[in-house]
Amino acid sequence: MSLPLPAWARGESLTHAKQGFGEVSGEKIALSVGDHHFAVGGRKGHAIAVNGSVPGPLVRLKEGQNVRIDVTNNLDEDTSIHWHGLLLPFQFDGVPGVSFPGIKPGETFTYEFPIRQNGTYWWHSHSGLQEQAGHYGPLIIESAEPDPRYDRDYVVLLSEFTPRHPHEIARLLKVGEHYFNNQMQTATEGDMPVSERLMWGGMRMNPRDISDVTGSTYTFLMNGHGPMDGLEYLFAPGEKVRLRVINGSAMTFFNVRIPGVPMTVIAADGMEVAPVEVDEFQIATAETYDVIVAPPAGSHALVAEAMDRSGMGVASLTSHKGHRATPPPQREPVTLTMADMGMGSMAGMDHGGMDHGAMGHGEMDHSMRDTSKLPADVKVGPGLDMVSPMPMDRMDYPGLGLDNVDHRVLRYTDLKAKRMNPHRMPTRQMEIHLTGNMERYMWSFDGKKFSAVTDDPIRFAYDERVRVKLVNDTMMAHPIHLHGHFFELVNGAGMMNQPLKHTVIVQPGSTATFDVTANEPGDWAFHCHLLYHMHAGMMQTVTVRPFPAAGEGA
Amino acid sequence: MMLRLGLASTLALAAAPLSAQDMSGHEGHGAQEEKPATEQPAKDDHSGHGEMKKAPAPFKLPDLTAKPQMDHSAHAMGDFPSGPPPAEAFEGPQHAADEIFGAEAMAGARKTNHATHGDMLTGTLMAERLEVRISDGHEAFLWDVQGWYGGDIDKFVIKSEGEGEFGESIEDAEIQALWGHAIGPFFDLQAGARIDLEPETRSHLVLGVQGLAPYMWHVDGALFLSDRGDLTARLEGEYDQKITQRLILQPRVELELSAQDIPEREIGAGLTKIETGLRLRYEIAREFAPYVGVGYEAKLGETADIARLAGEDPDGVAAVFGIRAWF
Repeated sequence: MSLPLPAWARGESLTHAKQGFGEVSGEKIALSVGDHHFAVGGRKGHAIAVNGSVPGPLVRLKEGQNVRIDVTNNLDEDTSIHWHGLLLPFQFDGVPGVSFPGIKPGETFTYEFPIRQNGTYWWHSHSGLQEQAGHYGPLIIESAEPDPRYDRDYVVLLSEFTPRHPHEIARLLKVGEHYFNNQMQTATEGDMPVSERLMWGGMRMNPRDISDVTGSTYTFLMNGHGPMDGLEYLFAPGEKVRLRVINGSAMTFFNVRIPGVPMTVIAADGMEVAPVEVDEFQIATAETYDVIVAPPAGSHALVAEAMDRSGMGVASLTSHKGHRATPPPQREPVTLTMADMGMGSMAGMDHGGMDHGAMGHGEMDHSMRDTSKLPADVKVGPGLDMVSPMPMDRMDYPGLGLDNVDHRVLRYTDLKAKRMNPHRMPTRQMEIHLTGNMERYMWSFDGKKFSAVTDDPIRFAYDERVRVKLVNDTMMAHPIHLHGHFFELVNGAGMMNQPLKHTVIVQPGSTATFDVTANEPGDWAFHCHLLYHMHAGMMQTVTVRPFPAAGEGA
Repeated sequence: MMLRLGLASTLALAAAPLSAQDMSGHEGHGAQEEKPATEQPAKDDHSGHGEMKKAPAPFKLPDLTAKPQMDHSAHAMGDFPSGPPPAEAFEGPQHAADEIFGAEAMAGARKTNHATHGDMLTGTLMAERLEVRISDGHEAFLWDVQGWYGGDIDKFVIKSEGEGEFGESIEDAEIQALWGHAIGPFFDLQAGARIDLEPETRSHLVLGVQGLAPYMWHVDGALFLSDRGDLTARLEGEYDQKITQRLILQPRVELELSAQDIPEREIGAGLTKIETGLRLRYEIAREFAPYVGVGYEAKLGETADIARLAGEDPDGVAAVFGIRAWF
């Protein structure tokens, strides 16, 4: 059997992708997708570049304009671009098999839509695993009115580069062996008592399963630059600097901080929030945060530490060109706790100094997969290795590894929409379970992989307002993303101040709830934004019907 | 103020600082910018979906200053009905994009989607033990290899084991071809055939389970029914204890049983054999780990008596040196 090899695999020479991005703007934009080489931090390999760079160009638009974007596919396989966070007609959302057929090799597809919002977004391929290979870039929409709150405006696009082919990573994850995890508990590492280790072993779970793919193969990038590249963000003392932080990675949650410089968060996922000052925030894959900083004179390290602490992206925020800031040392690896097993109330007891290792192990084992706790529409099978016994809402949780740092960390409960939302009660509620099997590397919603539910979508009526509760029956944090809409996090801010987001982290063994008004008709992808989780099946289609008659509706 | 210079110079001067691009306050862009189009965007030419042509309203939230009268957001789940969606949610096309791009094109794209969203087929081949065994005066070799190819639920599994002494013919060699089917989160049922090539050609039907037991023991148990009607069984378990991230101590135990005497193989009914081992491997890479260890093997029960009668030692200790490798 001879497989058709892509040009780059046949040894044909490829140009090196430019590291970092240029900019495209205006009402007519052309993007071309092609195979390239890429090298950073001593690692080099194949990449998919757009307009010859990794990341691809900054698409810079203005609220109220129309845009026409021609995307030409120079690869040997289908491609696509999804405009992440944009409100647009569904047929231009860019998800092959859901919103359009995809872009065949040699073809050009024209996206055309009005720009109805402003803020910080990004774009990426929604075909196969191309996003991992470099097919992504930032997307900034200037507001219609000028914004006087800052003097400088920078993009901080976080991502990863790996010299491995993404399909090989997917295979290694299926094969198991914790291939990328070099921070396991061992006989000589980790301070968990033996009794507790036995409990985890009894459940066949690994308390150091923080990230599936780690710094063992990833070089963490800021705007395409590795930590040793000396990326600089310049400012003059006294200036206010807006940093548009975008997590465009395939698999990595980052902890972002600038030691010594507080950050005022002004927007989440492109939507403005009431300003809140923090010292650090965790940003999941696919989320964006806009912060304003007013650093004192000097060089400050801008650090994006991978959540599992297997590496970091680094740049210098400096008033002296050429002065590199010294990044802080990497912190200790993170270990999961009782709360991450979905034992919410027991986690509470944990603080009381209870020795949970003393609990009956056998009993624990049984209660970790009590399928009677699941709604009837969750399929119970090999793809479900646990059921959270007592999942709790953790909107006030700052993120894995950040619950015991001694400075201010952003929590979802800190986010309040800057402009008030219409006051409208949901008319229906639904529960969606995030399900998985770590050992088999299977991921799904309600126990059913996307490949099994193509014709059985999640249905919303047009303009219906639904409260959706996501229940995480796994021990990983999942960033869940809904296309074409902004939902409101039910975070205690009050119905009219619930922050608008397109992606929400559902913490391990926990729940997260959002309200959504389904006012964008069409078919929309809904998925975990960890690329290999989506690839394993953690995705669904959300349909919004019927299409309103012309002139009617929002 | 434009600070673009640094971006292009990365490769030339790795040590040179890179300047990030400040985007503030430059409405007129530089060379990379395309000229704003003067013509109107092309008319929407997707006829046949008239109702979708409506220009969407700009996304604007009402800037309310009045105080909300009441806040219901703290309502617990259970406050809203949780039935099926309203009837109108089922109206319209099954797949909206079919109306625009054609049902055929979209059906093809959905089919492709299955492979890239859950139905990936993949596999591996692993030599769990490729080793030399040294005991008083004897130098033997052993292989224990298995591989699989397939999806999450169904897999084709291949296993092979064998051993012999250097300079002599192979004592035991077998190969199994199995269908593996996930029967729970941690276990696969395996069924298929086993062919013994040595000591003589014999075929067996195989029925077994393989998976991960509590406390992280990898176990593999199978029943074998030979073409002569003999029923035997084998149970293996192994555990990886990490000493460091790369240094791993692996205890391993294997038991063999027979439902009847098998004289031509010098086997008596009952427990026939136990093999235990302790191997310390160092993962130079995950896929490649040399190891050293000790192995103890003993024939048991009647099988041991048969060996003694034949003047053989029914048990023995061996030093083992080998490689665990996979791809």
